[in-house]
Amino acid sequence: MNAPLLAIENLRVSFPAHAGRVDVVKGISFTLGRERLGIVGESGSGKSMTGRSILKLIRKPGRVTADRLAFEGIDILGQSERQMRAIRGARISMVMQDPKFSLNPVMSVGEQIAEALVTHKKLARRDVRQRVLDMLEAVRINDPERVEKLYPHEVSGGMGQRIMIAMMLIPEPELLIADEPTSALDVSVQAQVLDIIDELVRNKGMGLLLISHDLNLVSRYCDRILVMNAGRVVEECAAGQLDRARHPYTQGLLAAMPTIDESRDELPVLDRTRWAGT
Amino acid sequence: MSALVLENLDIAYGDTKVVHGVNLAIAEGESFALVGESGSGKSTILRAIAGLAPDWSGAIGVMNTPRSHGMDRAVSRQVQMVFQDPYGSLHPRKTIDAALSEPLAIHGISNRGARVEAMLNAVGLDRRFRFRFPHQLSGGQRQRVAIARALMLEPKILLLDEPTSALDVSVQAEILNLLKRLRREQGLTYLLVTHNLPVVSFLCDRLAVMRHGRIVEIADVIALKAGRLAEPYSRELLAATAGQ
Repeated sequence: MNAPLLAIENLRVSFPAHAGRVDVVKGISFTLGRERLGIVGESGSGKSMTGRSILKLIRKPGRVTADRLAFEGIDILGQSERQMRAIRGARISMVMQDPKFSLNPVMSVGEQIAEALVTHKKLARRDVRQRVLDMLEAVRINDPERVEKLYPHEVSGGMGQRIMIAMMLIPEPELLIADEPTSALDVSVQAQVLDIIDELVRNKGMGLLLISHDLNLVSRYCDRILVMNAGRVVEECAAGQLDRARHPYTQGLLAAMPTIDESRDELPVLDRTRWAGT
Repeated sequence: MSALVLENLDIAYGDTKVVHGVNLAIAEGESFALVGESGSGKSTILRAIAGLAPDWSGAIGVMNTPRSHGMDRAVSRQVQMVFQDPYGSLHPRKTIDAALSEPLAIHGISNRGARVEAMLNAVGLDRRFRFRFPHQLSGGQRQRVAIARALMLEPKILLLDEPTSALDVSVQAEILNLLKRLRREQGLTYLLVTHNLPVVSFLCDRLAVMRHGRIVEIADVIALKAGRLAEPYSRELLAATAGQ
């Protein structure tokens, strides 16, 4: 029970550049149990690459190496493409940033969600439809019978993202990776989408890896936070203790954000020569 | 004196009316924010003032002169716009120098070289960036160039459409500081569109909350900071931000 869902040691991701290979993830290690872990960082910090390497989604010429990259004891790096297809979606799934680009425009919402399910499980057609309707209801879509017949261009961004979540969660994976799941959405809809992810993850006892650039958002929805800068984890802390962050980069990030009751005349700025992210 | 006056402004794209009866007066030197969710018509108002959405009725007054429909050089001298995405708003095959000189050439202003250098300096960019192309710059540097471009004609009013939402938090802080300093130094009037209420608290004096193409509330930023917005929808927005 206490064996972690995911164990990563010394993960490195590199890409070729003019002068040899450049490491974009420089040897990070962490474990993830059935909990909610957040990875925060600015663009170029390597947070998305970390998420993608767990699903072995980094294509050539990118290269992933690790001393250990294990999901429930399965060595991910040693799996063939065929074996990975049995893991992707079924056991680990990923919610991407923008529903506009991640949904198939020529397939109805219901068909797409059903496809995610029947790819991994043989079920009677009537059961599939019932599962799809239940799932749509679980992501708080009021009228699932109407919505399942719609096409992606007929739904709003927030609804599109809820449909994505439904699709990702219907095969009942053990780990959900959410890479900036709400940054394409309005502030008023963001909280709603995250609440749904949060509720489903808790109820099903899944692991969640939430990747975001937004410190406040991550601290609200995760138990534990990793702060990344330039390919390294610079700080690890419990979500509630973010205000007591010790690392100067984390402190700098926190201070650089304006607050709703802002009274500072000028915002402190990170020293780019020390924390050059890109 | 009012820098910008909108009276009974309706704006349409084709047959769809997206802004309904907006009334607004922004004083000279004021920094005013339009907030609301996507589709509420806030960017459309900026586009109409800039002349990019010519299908409007009502009245738009810029520095006490009514604005005509379509492009108007006199208005361009007074009002300039900064767009959201610094990756999309600069011509990829023009150097920074060319992008900054172009408005001067159009308006027949001389001494361009010196003006370009002075403006780069004002937005905190080293002069070695002058002959580079946009792809050689980071997002924050590009947004500085976009702001410099908008300021080349020495306008009185800047229309800022989500100027920092495509940027990282640490870069956002730099650009917000820059906007605050420029406004102080050059006595600019800002009309800022954003969905980020903390940015409003930092940069603005007043705000209007928009929904479905209408202004639902106009409030002072002090009321925002204290969480004393009156309308239920404004409070909803505030709660969504504060909750995070």
